[in-house]
Amino acid sequence: MTFSPELEARFEKFLAIYPTDRKRSAMIPMLIYAQDEIGSITDELIDEVAKRVGVTPHVVNEVLTYYSMLHRKPMGKYHVQICTNISCLLVGGEELWNKASHKLGIGHKEVTADGRVSLEEVECIGACSWAPAIQVNYDFYHDVTMAQLEKLIDGLAAGKRPEEITELVKVA
Amino acid sequence: MLYNQPNPTEVRILSKRFGLPNSQSIETYLATDGYKALEKAIGMTQEEIINEVKASLLRGRGGAGFPTGMKWSFVPRQSPKPKYIMVNADESEPGTCKDRLLIEYDPHQMIEGIIIAGLAVGAQQGYVYIRGEYRYLIDIVDRAIDEAYARGYLGDNILGRGVKFHLATHSGAGAYECGEESALLESFEGKRGIPRIRPPFPAVAGVYQSPTILNNVETFCAVPPIILHGGAYFAGLGTPKNGGTRLFCLSGHINKPGVYELPMGFNLMRMINEVGGGMRNGKKLKAVVPGGSSCPLLKADECDLAMDYDTLAKANSMLGSGGVVVLAEDTCMVKFALRIMRFYAHESCGWCIPCREGTAWMKKLLTRFHEGMGQESDIVLIGDLSKNMLGGRTFCPLGDAAALPTQSIVEKWRDEFEAHLDGKPCPYDKSSRLVAV
Repeated sequence: MTFSPELEARFEKFLAIYPTDRKRSAMIPMLIYAQDEIGSITDELIDEVAKRVGVTPHVVNEVLTYYSMLHRKPMGKYHVQICTNISCLLVGGEELWNKASHKLGIGHKEVTADGRVSLEEVECIGACSWAPAIQVNYDFYHDVTMAQLEKLIDGLAAGKRPEEITELVKVA
Repeated sequence: MLYNQPNPTEVRILSKRFGLPNSQSIETYLATDGYKALEKAIGMTQEEIINEVKASLLRGRGGAGFPTGMKWSFVPRQSPKPKYIMVNADESEPGTCKDRLLIEYDPHQMIEGIIIAGLAVGAQQGYVYIRGEYRYLIDIVDRAIDEAYARGYLGDNILGRGVKFHLATHSGAGAYECGEESALLESFEGKRGIPRIRPPFPAVAGVYQSPTILNNVETFCAVPPIILHGGAYFAGLGTPKNGGTRLFCLSGHINKPGVYELPMGFNLMRMINEVGGGMRNGKKLKAVVPGGSSCPLLKADECDLAMDYDTLAKANSMLGSGGVVVLAEDTCMVKFALRIMRFYAHESCGWCIPCREGTAWMKKLLTRFHEGMGQESDIVLIGDLSKNMLGGRTFCPLGDAAALPTQSIVEKWRDEFEAHLDGKPCPYDKSSRLVAV
């Protein structure tokens, strides 16, 4: 299996930072960075990572099913993660989630038919003091209003990139 | 850019560089006393460093509040095994968003604290376990680590003094349970994040079964000021047995939510009214989650207290991770309890039956209650289920973390559960039904 030179360099670094007899420590970081590049955890990727860290594919599969960010099926190009945990719940996170789900006609960890947008109702993402908060892929958006969320969802569904949707500014 | 404006009542020790231009860079760090503590510590004995941390009365900022200096002293420094430093940057306790800022605005402060911890026990390798969702912070820490290597603060011969210490980041992949120290260690080894039985504690058998200092980000960040200004100085900022300042994350129904650094023992009502700008829309205070979702809730009339570990323990709650969530009078406590339980049911790793089954059944019971189909006997059942998850019946405290807030809500707001009985709709929220994930 071939990866981009950047990802290969990252893998090399991962394998260097753990003791030589502890390569298995690199498994989860490898999986998550590889998923970012190829879209999901494929059978081929499982075999490749297993080979590189020196375990059987079965072991990789056993581990990856534990972690909520590792997906066996591709999520959308823009994975919209809406927090509804306590701090966000108190200030409208649940309403944002319901609106997004209704507008796109998809539910938790589902993808739109064109593969552009997916939704996930996430647990606390560490933005409690600036709630309600969402993440689109790895980008954070704070103090999200209903009007901003609607613009975001409509825009993404219509083929815009998040940075073209000026109502909502990424903070980190 | 700061996410919230600072407050004049803050005592900014750990957050002193927040808001400085280019505060992530080593140039800014060095221009503001950066790495001076390391230079000082490198001339101290291991005993002297540990004693200074003990004198600071610093207690673990992840939530458990264990005295940091004592934890460090448990590491068997004579052991022939390599020693490790592990940083818990898996911040995911609902209500908590402080480690994110400490890393984003001042990564070198954390790195300096980690290196000093390494000196204290003779460790030569450290790792920062950062939750996968905080990808941009992994990039920030990686850049800062590169800068520290380039300037000789990390490497095989730190500051030309013959001391070796290496540091790297490690990405998680989405699991609250991995913020629990022993599950974090399992996850770090490339396994499912399932807790280990203790003892042995990580101090003796941590990373790769070797002696390990494992602390929260904020705990490491407190180390440079402690070494630089002395343990007594840091201790003096707080209350007896509760040294220093801490970052409180104010959220919920207040006017100025934000992360604020305040002395330990700061009064909770003052925190809500003076720092947090009072209740939103002039509503009355109903309840406070004092330190993240794992803590028993306080009723409004219990909130006139000092925010330190011992005072909160006396009030049958916990100071926890610093996540202060403020609830106004029109919050449905049944719905709130349900949301907390949905979280724990989702995050329970499934290893221990009382937690796996308890959280799942409590979620079902609370969902039924919220939908107006609760029965009188269910109120008792929730109490019984909570008891069966508590007090050492599980390998890790997630069972307790799910049971304790629920128990406190049922005890303190029993009338709200009774208001949901016999098909009556939620008195606060007649329109929506929660859809359980």
